[in-house]
Amino acid sequence: MSQLKYALFTGCTAKQSTPELLSSTLAVAEKLGIEITILEEASCCGASHLQDFDEFLAHVLNARNICYAEKHGLTMITICNTCQLNSQMTKHALDTNPDLKARVNEKLAEVGLEYKGTSEIKHFLYALIDDYGLDAIKDKVVTPLSRFNIAPFYGCHNIRPSELHEHSNGGENPYVPTSLDRLIDALEGHPVDYASKNKCCGFHVELQANHTSEVLTGNALIDAVDNNADMVVTPCPLCHLKMDTYQDSVGKVMGRDIEIPVLHMPQMVALALGATEEEIGLKFHVQKAKDIYKQATA
Amino acid sequence: MHNNETRTVTIKAFRFNAETDYLPYTKQYEMEVGKDDLVLDLMNRIKWEHDGSFSYRRSCRHGICGACGIKVNGKPVLACKQNAIELLDLFNNDITLEPQSKKRAIKDMIIDKGDFWQKHADVQPYVVADIDPHPTHETKQSVAQFNAMLDSDLCIQCGSCHYACPALEANPDFLGPAALTAAYRFTIDTRDNAGEERLKLTAQPGVGVWDCVKCFECAQACPKEINPIEKITKLHNMQFEQGIAERNVATKHAEGFLRGMKKTGYLDEADIVLYSEGILGMHKHLKTAMKMMKSGKIHWHSGVPFINSIPEIKNLDEVQKLIEISQTNKL
Repeated sequence: MSQLKYALFTGCTAKQSTPELLSSTLAVAEKLGIEITILEEASCCGASHLQDFDEFLAHVLNARNICYAEKHGLTMITICNTCQLNSQMTKHALDTNPDLKARVNEKLAEVGLEYKGTSEIKHFLYALIDDYGLDAIKDKVVTPLSRFNIAPFYGCHNIRPSELHEHSNGGENPYVPTSLDRLIDALEGHPVDYASKNKCCGFHVELQANHTSEVLTGNALIDAVDNNADMVVTPCPLCHLKMDTYQDSVGKVMGRDIEIPVLHMPQMVALALGATEEEIGLKFHVQKAKDIYKQATA
Repeated sequence: MHNNETRTVTIKAFRFNAETDYLPYTKQYEMEVGKDDLVLDLMNRIKWEHDGSFSYRRSCRHGICGACGIKVNGKPVLACKQNAIELLDLFNNDITLEPQSKKRAIKDMIIDKGDFWQKHADVQPYVVADIDPHPTHETKQSVAQFNAMLDSDLCIQCGSCHYACPALEANPDFLGPAALTAAYRFTIDTRDNAGEERLKLTAQPGVGVWDCVKCFECAQACPKEINPIEKITKLHNMQFEQGIAERNVATKHAEGFLRGMKKTGYLDEADIVLYSEGILGMHKHLKTAMKMMKSGKIHWHSGVPFINSIPEIKNLDEVQKLIEISQTNKL
């Protein structure tokens, strides 16, 4: 296999509240020999909220991010479902609407950039599965996750709307997603089958509709716990933040205690590939997760 | 055509009669399913060949009346449009026919859709205008005016998106994707005079667009491929364009993204909460903030709390310039 090379769009979360997401992603890339160029010029994707305020401006700023991946001539990979969705929505809008593309490029020209549409955008999860391959990953496993029941939590913005994502997510069916399950299986963990795996965590209304947000996360976490999961794993740091940070308040709303570690997808892979405890960064979790490293490597 | 793709399968169905049953139950029906069969054909077969009491709504069989919306293994489908073999393939030959909302079930697939129609009525889903009883000319719409409606006019009120929406499930006051799509349809119509009233309703906290959780279940569910959340985003933007948006936690959260982006290129996670909630609203977040600080989730690159806490992107001046020349809306 020729070496895989990607331009990494980190997003805001990996640079702030989830440093463990960035370090574990880079550790996985290193272990697998994937070359990563971090797009240090890339700004926030707007996370769907800037889109609510000013859709055109959000397209301009996302197009600028993509321009930098195009300059490197590389596929842009994301490590956040919401970055993936919003970047992909801009790409789709510009690639299918010449008038919008012209209006956006008129703005970009003011800072010496031009959006061409030459770079693909895909989430790291699908780069691992569809480009690197599960069999190849399997060969690199040094710490099998065989003692863990792992509940995959897919996160909305990687799987819906399926038409937008079908070329970048291997045609994942949003009602029966399998990628994370297959990845867990390749790392010799036991994927937990539960109905909430493709549901919404409620992160985006955390501030303005807090009860809704807490109930949605509560439903998912309780479903995972009741199906004997030892941990939840998600490719989205926003799902991670909601599900890891708020277990106390969510438990109060749901009327029962909830305690379950929520890992980022790259943390799980890094663990199986033998990355260091520091790189995996379980100490950054609010819900105690450090024991997972000890248990896995014991 | 020679049909060699017929398979014998056991179809499960949710059964319940609110008048006589204490709890719902599941019944199984063995049948042959051919490659051109629709989910509606499976329901007809249950009724005509197994149990005449099996109940469901059906009418046009052409995907236009919106009566036969149900769910199969949780997936919303319009029974007269959804091919059965495709579904059997997707779910490994194990499918259960369910009503759109189990808690609203009256009899088998038939639900009380009253909440759906009430929310629809709330947005005044019609052109509100003073009609001249003796018009001298037509009120024509240009191609551009028609195109601005996008595809929102194609809604058949089947309820697929409405009963797929988790925000509605958690908050029964939320208008939901179908009513909001209708609100968009008539607000964008230049013949209509109730736009401001409708926009104000859709801006109301707890009721309007700001309760959308952005899960895209509605876009996935719609059998007419309308993409309701796209219309919800348009309504968000229209609230700012037309000066309807009031300063509240939700609108400040949307607009506040630019504060961090102008300063560092990134969203400022701490600032967005503080700015959206205001100092007085921060008490709700103190406990979480303490926990995040303890685990190292809130950190600062400068060594001083909340001062230059975030790294800066390269070529930040480009982002600042682009915001300056491209921003069209204000709060």
